[in-house]
Amino acid sequence: MVETVVKVRNLVKSFGELDVLKGVDLDLYKGENLVVLGKSGSGKSVLIKIMVGLLTQDEGSVKVLGKEVKGLSQRELNELRLKIGFSFQASALYDSMTVRENLEFPLVRNVKNLSKADKDKLVEDVLDSVGLLGTINQMPSELSGGQRKRIGIARTLILKPEIMLYDEPTAGLDPITCMDINNLINQVNEKYKTTSIIITHDLTCAKVTGDRMAVLLDGVFGAKGKFEEVFEHAQDGRVKSFYDYNFIKQ
Amino acid sequence: MAGDPSNKDKIIGKRIDKFFIGLESAFKFVKRFFQEVWFPPYEFKEVIRQCYQIGWNSLPLISLTGFIVGVVFTNQSRPSLAEFGATSWLPALISIAVVRAMGPLVTALIAAGKVGSSIGAEIGSMKVTEQIDAMEVSATNPFKFLVVTRVLASTFMIPILVLYTDFVALLGAFTNVHFNELVSLSTFFVQVFDAISFLDVTSSMVKSLFFGFTIGIVGCYKGYNSTKGTEGVGKAANSAVVMAMFLIFIEELLSLQVTNFFRQL
Ligand SMILES: Nc1ncnc2c1ncn2[C@@H]1O[C@H](COP(=O)(O)OP(=O)(O)OP(=O)(O)O)[C@@H](O)[C@H]1O
Ligand SMILES: [Mg+2]
Repeated sequence: MVETVVKVRNLVKSFGELDVLKGVDLDLYKGENLVVLGKSGSGKSVLIKIMVGLLTQDEGSVKVLGKEVKGLSQRELNELRLKIGFSFQASALYDSMTVRENLEFPLVRNVKNLSKADKDKLVEDVLDSVGLLGTINQMPSELSGGQRKRIGIARTLILKPEIMLYDEPTAGLDPITCMDINNLINQVNEKYKTTSIIITHDLTCAKVTGDRMAVLLDGVFGAKGKFEEVFEHAQDGRVKSFYDYNFIKQ
Repeated sequence: MAGDPSNKDKIIGKRIDKFFIGLESAFKFVKRFFQEVWFPPYEFKEVIRQCYQIGWNSLPLISLTGFIVGVVFTNQSRPSLAEFGATSWLPALISIAVVRAMGPLVTALIAAGKVGSSIGAEIGSMKVTEQIDAMEVSATNPFKFLVVTRVLASTFMIPILVLYTDFVALLGAFTNVHFNELVSLSTFFVQVFDAISFLDVTSSMVKSLFFGFTIGIVGCYKGYNSTKGTEGVGKAANSAVVMAMFLIFIEELLSLQVTNFFRQL
């Protein structure tokens, strides 16, 4: 049987009057790429933020690598977070630091007794795997949106996570750069043997990177399954329109 | 209805709630600082970098202001003393005024404007662009790296800046006295040091430590709690300055009481 790395049951989360997640169930199996789709504001980011303990749910259970996230002490939470890579929607690179310092930041604070040579090698390796070794001494403000996304991904890869959470990796990028990022996600999966959740509303990205789809509709997962099952034979009007509009747009 | 008195009560009630919730969260923030400051990891490099930023970058403005305050204050005090034929007391008067009150106050207010707003804006923008969340999910402690370092740096640097401001203001005063009363540098400074006591200097330094702490912690608190969007960043910077200045004046008043108490012993 395949191992379940993330197990979400009846997850409920509201902000004040606004009910965002209304009983979400989800299983993420080891080694797969799960794509989470949904309209803007449907709570996709909220879902993965709960998985890393940035937000706390009102009800329900979220187990990551067998641990209930809500009950963890700060120390246990940090141990868990080391195994999860979180790529932010807006990259969230540290503005005041160079690319090298951005990558070293999590490294030197979590890996003890690292020699300078080892550190440099790790940084260069991971930059090389996102194809941006040349930017090592640049500031984030000097990079393009696509480059920032890659550096953000590199920064999470440096700690060799088991699970990668990508929050809209291709949003706001041109189709060619999108394809580059999609390929990068697949390469990362091969090279680092990660299990991933990819949040997107870009169906090309979903098709290229995802093994399985899950569509968030009104606070619950309305449709789950392979791309063809979910979209090409969609029964639900909301899923269907998602599919149709995506191709009109492009 | 808008004119309904019960409605008005509700609004006032909400405001009072908000005030106490804010007070509680500010208190928690300060408490967290004192819980975290003692334990590793100590971000020495970042503390040094912040000291440099806070100290070095404030120097030009503080030099200019300090010097001008010295010149102007001397010039404005002269006529009053001249009425009693006591212009020879100018150095002593200025020394007391500068060391006891003006040096710390001028420095703290300028630093509140310059340092407080930049801390508020920097941390605020890190908050809204999720950089603080990014630190958190990489299992590092953003509070330690951002808040503890900045508060320590401003607590240490403000007293040093105050000494510097005192010196520059006295230099300004000397320039003015020198050209009017033809007093030499050595005579001037002998009179200056005669006029101030150990208590004056100590209380000024202790007060400055508090000013520094206030500027750092208020800037960080406002930044750390700024709301979404670029508007939130501007608000954070702005309210950091206003709040810090307000607290500095309160602390100045308190310190006056405490110092007077010691003076009477
Ligand atoms: N910290 C928060 N406080 C208050 N409301 C929030 C918070 N985070 C998210 N929300 C609200 O929850 C809803 C879902 O937000 P979320 O960021 O998960 O959307 P999303 O599906 O990721 O959308 P997008 O595709 O635009 O990123 C939004 O209406 C948002 O305003
Ligand atoms: Mg989102």
